[in-house]
Amino acid sequence: MGLMGVTCAAQAQTAGGVLTAIVQPEPPMLMLGLNQQGPTQYVASKIYQGLLTYDAQLKPLPSLAKAWNISPDNLTYTFELQPGVKWHDGKPFTAADVVFSVDKFLREMHPRARPVINKYLESAKAPSPTTVEFKLKEPFSPFLSAFVVDNMPMVPKHIYEGTDFRTNPANQTPIGTGPFKFKEWKKGSHIVLTKNPDYWKKGQPYLDEIVFRVIPDAASRAVAFEKGDVQVLRGGDVDNVDIKRLKALPGVESTTKGWEMYGPLAFMIFNERKPPFDNVKVRQAVMHAMNRKFIVDNILFGMGKVATGPIASSTMFYDKNVPNFEFNLKKARALIAESGVNVGATPVKLVAFPYGSSWDRLGEYTKQSLEQIGFKVDLVATDAGGWAKRTGDFDFDLTFNFTYQFGDPALGVARHFMSTNIIKGSPFVNNQGYVNKKVDELFTTAAAARQPDLRQKLYSELQQILVQDVALGYLFELEYATLSRGNVKNLVTTGIGLNESFDSVYIQKK
Amino acid sequence: MKILSFIAARVAKALLVILGVVVLNFLLIHLAPGDPASIMAGEAASSDPAFVEQLRQQFGLDKPLWQQLALYLKGVLQLDLGYSYRNQLPVLDLIAERLPATLLLMGLAFVFSLGVGVLLGVLAAQSRFTGRRRWLDSAIMSLALLFYATPLFWLSILLVILFSVTLGWLPAFGMSSVGAGLTGWAHVQDVAAHLVLPVVSLGCFFMAVYARLTRASMLEVMGMDFIKTARAKGVPAGQIIRRHVLRNALLPVVTFAGIQLGQMAGGAVLTETVFGWPGIGRLMFDALMQRDYQLLLGVFLVTSIMVVTFNLLTDVVYRLIDPRIDHGAAA
Repeated sequence: MGLMGVTCAAQAQTAGGVLTAIVQPEPPMLMLGLNQQGPTQYVASKIYQGLLTYDAQLKPLPSLAKAWNISPDNLTYTFELQPGVKWHDGKPFTAADVVFSVDKFLREMHPRARPVINKYLESAKAPSPTTVEFKLKEPFSPFLSAFVVDNMPMVPKHIYEGTDFRTNPANQTPIGTGPFKFKEWKKGSHIVLTKNPDYWKKGQPYLDEIVFRVIPDAASRAVAFEKGDVQVLRGGDVDNVDIKRLKALPGVESTTKGWEMYGPLAFMIFNERKPPFDNVKVRQAVMHAMNRKFIVDNILFGMGKVATGPIASSTMFYDKNVPNFEFNLKKARALIAESGVNVGATPVKLVAFPYGSSWDRLGEYTKQSLEQIGFKVDLVATDAGGWAKRTGDFDFDLTFNFTYQFGDPALGVARHFMSTNIIKGSPFVNNQGYVNKKVDELFTTAAAARQPDLRQKLYSELQQILVQDVALGYLFELEYATLSRGNVKNLVTTGIGLNESFDSVYIQKK
Repeated sequence: MKILSFIAARVAKALLVILGVVVLNFLLIHLAPGDPASIMAGEAASSDPAFVEQLRQQFGLDKPLWQQLALYLKGVLQLDLGYSYRNQLPVLDLIAERLPATLLLMGLAFVFSLGVGVLLGVLAAQSRFTGRRRWLDSAIMSLALLFYATPLFWLSILLVILFSVTLGWLPAFGMSSVGAGLTGWAHVQDVAAHLVLPVVSLGCFFMAVYARLTRASMLEVMGMDFIKTARAKGVPAGQIIRRHVLRNALLPVVTFAGIQLGQMAGGAVLTETVFGWPGIGRLMFDALMQRDYQLLLGVFLVTSIMVVTFNLLTDVVYRLIDPRIDHGAAA
């Protein structure tokens, strides 16, 4: 019976066809080791691969590595690679490529992998062409979560060794091990990837080509999907306001799965260095004054859920038993009175978050909410460059941001709260200036801890403190809908969703 | 000979104007807060300050502003417009790749708006002048008012909804059918179909302007004594319109055409965005949002050269239409 099911499934996977999707904004380049923007990840993850991928529970699954082993002292990680893997130019992919990628290329070039590699990796060795051995300086449990393709893509040693990685001409014609090869990029119009006939999984991929169209206007993207010119919409491709309508079209499927690895979580950033937000009671009052359910229902059109704390509910070690800041203006005003701070004394500078109309509405809603409890608010409009500059320079009283979790609190969450991460000039750090020795300690211990139970205990304690302190103003977990035409199958299969290689995606013939 | 020395003097002035444009733009862009390094770091969700610093060095943003400007100007004189780190390509290559699409779009929109606009204007003036079919005058003027008042993006979206979504006659975006592998005549037809909606969207506003301008200007000329003389002599109405009225009425239209060519680059940003047209307008917009300084300056340089050239052409056309205009005396 089980065997029959497998056979049927295999027969149903028809080869052939062109899948058309949207890439927006247009990525600057497709060399995944050099650029990590969302659109780059989306397209280049079909060309490049990582050692591992992750299921919806964020447990590692084989990709270029078929097996792995961790030594009892948690210091040595050994990976057994898939045999017979070739780069798109025909050269064999070996353990030497892995060592070069991690120890040379990514150590130097990758803004997210680099801190982990530099801090924890002692050495990388290739004892055999299909075996890689990483030795760590100190135990770091989330190490195994760091091998996802957008974090540690494998790059070809024979092309990059001894060159200036940034200016290597090969960056324009990416060479990976993935199921699809780079074929054509007409800037401003489209990117075409074509089937890799020598892909290491026999019989795969099923698609002949993937076309990513560049359509800069959100309304035009909705039209493109409605007309059937594109078959897949990724979260963010169209405004939330259009999703309900598109979802209702005949033959359209939608899912919010496939974002578990990223778990995007939005929050307010208070400038905690100066009044009024240096006072924890004032921050708590703000939390009581914001109707987060209202925000999710009306500003996000239901595409999200209220966040409880710094860790997204899809991420390991999430704990929902934390203090709850329900919407209550009376409580908010009482807390302000208790704090003794004259919040109306000087206007609060609220720097808008320049990433679309939902964020504009959120800025306006926040201004109104705060003014209800006595604040004066200046809403400062800005563009992406201006926002990054102001936030990095701590030139704000209040602003918004959202962050990816990268599968483990040590990778995606700790950076926003560690006092060692208060760094001027960068917008994705501890910009609020939160300093708590206890929190620093707990994050450090939790990152090194081996037993999941112990890690859970430490992260639960952290969530208690960070919520009680309102270290950030946790607002909502963003939900992104993937919309697709019903004949496109196997689109979302893992915890990284559309950043998966698409080697098993197929178009069902009618 | 006079016209040649006129052109030479104008070109010399134009070069100074372009230099001024480049310097001014350079300073203005650097006045805006934020730089490419911080934006790229933000997009990579990086919390690594060494990464931002490394990007700044890579872009030369750690050097004093005047040094950056001097380096840039030196490059421009050697026809090197710099390197877009964002796109990892030389600026000149990026612009050369996108410029033809914009020129095609702008050129056709120009011809469309001028041709249709003048034609409508003539028809309206004629019907008023001859007193026959007065409803035509009202109809054309109402239509012109409508197009004059409709915002470009709104019109674009309406056209897409009607002709692409509802009727399915025309493609909604892009410059050609991707992956169809069309060549030769089939390719030309394909691109032509993709051109219809953006050209109409971009051209409608100016078409309305030309219609109104031509009509008003013609009616003014029609009231003049020499026209009355011609009518009294018994010259047929059609001939009066063509020979005497239109020729005299076209000067203000030409003036405006020069302005339109300059302004259309701005409209192209919107049109190219809505229709996913791979042109230079969007390249400029993206470069601005990403603080891609060298690319942005490159686009400014190219567009200012275009505007200056169009103005020069306008002046030459003036003289061709009305030989009485003497540029030498004016210069």
